[in-house]
Amino acid sequence: MQQLISLRSRIALYAVAFLILLFLVLPVLVVMPMAFSSSRYLDFPPPDWSLRWFERFFTKPDWYESMLVSLKLALATVLISTPIGIAAAYAVHNGEHRLFRWIRNALLLPLVVPHVILAIGIFYIYVRIGWLGDFASLVLAHTMLAVPFVVTTGLSGLRSFDMNQEMVARSLGCSRPGAFLRVTLPQIKGSVLSGMLFAFVTSLDEVVLGLFIAVGYNTTVTKVMFGSLRDEIDPTVAAVSSLLVIGSLMIAVFTMMIGRGTKAGS
Amino acid sequence: MLALLSLPALAVMAALLFVPVAWLVALSFIDEHGSVTIANYSRLLADGSLFKSMTLTVQLALVVTLICAVVGYTLAYAITLMPRWLQTISLALVALPFWTSALVRTYAWLVLLQRKGVINKILVGSDLVSEPLHLVHNLVGTMIGMVHIMLPFMVFPLYAAMQRIDADLMRASLGLGASVFYTFRRVYLSQSLPSLAAGIILVFVLSLGFYITPAILGGGRVMVIAMIIERDVNLHLNWGPASAIAVLFLLSVLGLFAIVGRFLSVERIFQGRA
Repeated sequence: MQQLISLRSRIALYAVAFLILLFLVLPVLVVMPMAFSSSRYLDFPPPDWSLRWFERFFTKPDWYESMLVSLKLALATVLISTPIGIAAAYAVHNGEHRLFRWIRNALLLPLVVPHVILAIGIFYIYVRIGWLGDFASLVLAHTMLAVPFVVTTGLSGLRSFDMNQEMVARSLGCSRPGAFLRVTLPQIKGSVLSGMLFAFVTSLDEVVLGLFIAVGYNTTVTKVMFGSLRDEIDPTVAAVSSLLVIGSLMIAVFTMMIGRGTKAGS
Repeated sequence: MLALLSLPALAVMAALLFVPVAWLVALSFIDEHGSVTIANYSRLLADGSLFKSMTLTVQLALVVTLICAVVGYTLAYAITLMPRWLQTISLALVALPFWTSALVRTYAWLVLLQRKGVINKILVGSDLVSEPLHLVHNLVGTMIGMVHIMLPFMVFPLYAAMQRIDADLMRASLGLGASVFYTFRRVYLSQSLPSLAAGIILVFVLSLGFYITPAILGGGRVMVIAMIIERDVNLHLNWGPASAIAVLFLLSVLGLFAIVGRFLSVERIFQGRA
């Protein structure tokens, strides 16, 4: 296609592409300087520099405790959603019955159901059974949101893997779980890992469910951020945001590296 | 035997998705005294403000989808023309916001779009406008924030599809005397159309469910369906009407996906992110 377009129109197209990319990246770039602003308002560029919002974040319990809750929650979500998601992906990949297509569709549903609906439904159930505010109840809800990502990445890994290898291991006397752990898993570990990262980020970034069910001691950091953005803007949000941006940058680079190795990433 | 392996994951779905949604369906048919009724649904039709909110939600999603389609197609196409190293950088730049929390980005837009924000400073400074524009706490701000979140969902699948298009086909078309526009339409567009269609549906359906962006960048003026549901439950404890809205909302979303699912699997639609 390259030669089919005149140089002039290609330059024009690049200029447009540059503007679109700027639009995509600009907000991420703005967050960092805001975190070091001395101003209590949304002035940009900041009038002067200071660390006061980081200091506030690390000294105000509402903020750092909610961050701890979010991190613990994301970790627990990864620990639970990964094994059950990969097990389900394995079943869906190897099952030939029509049933398995239904299972796969059922496991992907959280991707398409609006989160507000899930949130009020789960909230209602949790209130009914008196489970609201419990840490485990949050983990379970986030696991539900994370499973589709683990299943999808797991499936894409299994598709590029030659199942005959597992058959060979089994015919040589290895048990099925043994063959999976020793032959299959090491070869799809890139996909499993990117599934884990998706699960982590999904949990960490989740807001809407948290607004309803992350109450009391188990308030998540995104819920605190949301409240502060909607009601009165507390610049501590910028400090938290920049921490999250750095975290997600590391995760993004990490996933891309895995993706290059296994072709399973996005 | 194999099906047993999917049981834990299915159990989670059953407990946290099927049961709650089933409860909502049940609640939507019950009035405040506990007797069975369809009043919650008939009230939906009679309630003018709700109807307004529904049209607003659909219109907003349509505009966001249209912008994403045009902008996303342009960007994906431009990226395919770039030299290899520039492609890698560009794709990384598309992925960067994708990996950044939507809440963080919403905050950033608040900073950029406010009355004394960067965008307005540039616009006023370069004499493009005489006084700062109202870019946030309204529909415009909501739209900008939503387009920013949805754009990568459009770009990734489109880029993947465009990369597979054979440039020789176009050369052949041009060589046989077809015009550039005709060639683009019949050869290029037609081959990228499935991905464009998938992207459009995905962006449209996900845009219908937005809550955070309208709530913050809309400044209370952009009452989308998701916000009505939230308000009914949190503020008024109106479970019946809220569930009825939720059920209708869910049915339309699933209906859309079912129609598309005939042509494309849901998994493929979400390929961009996984």
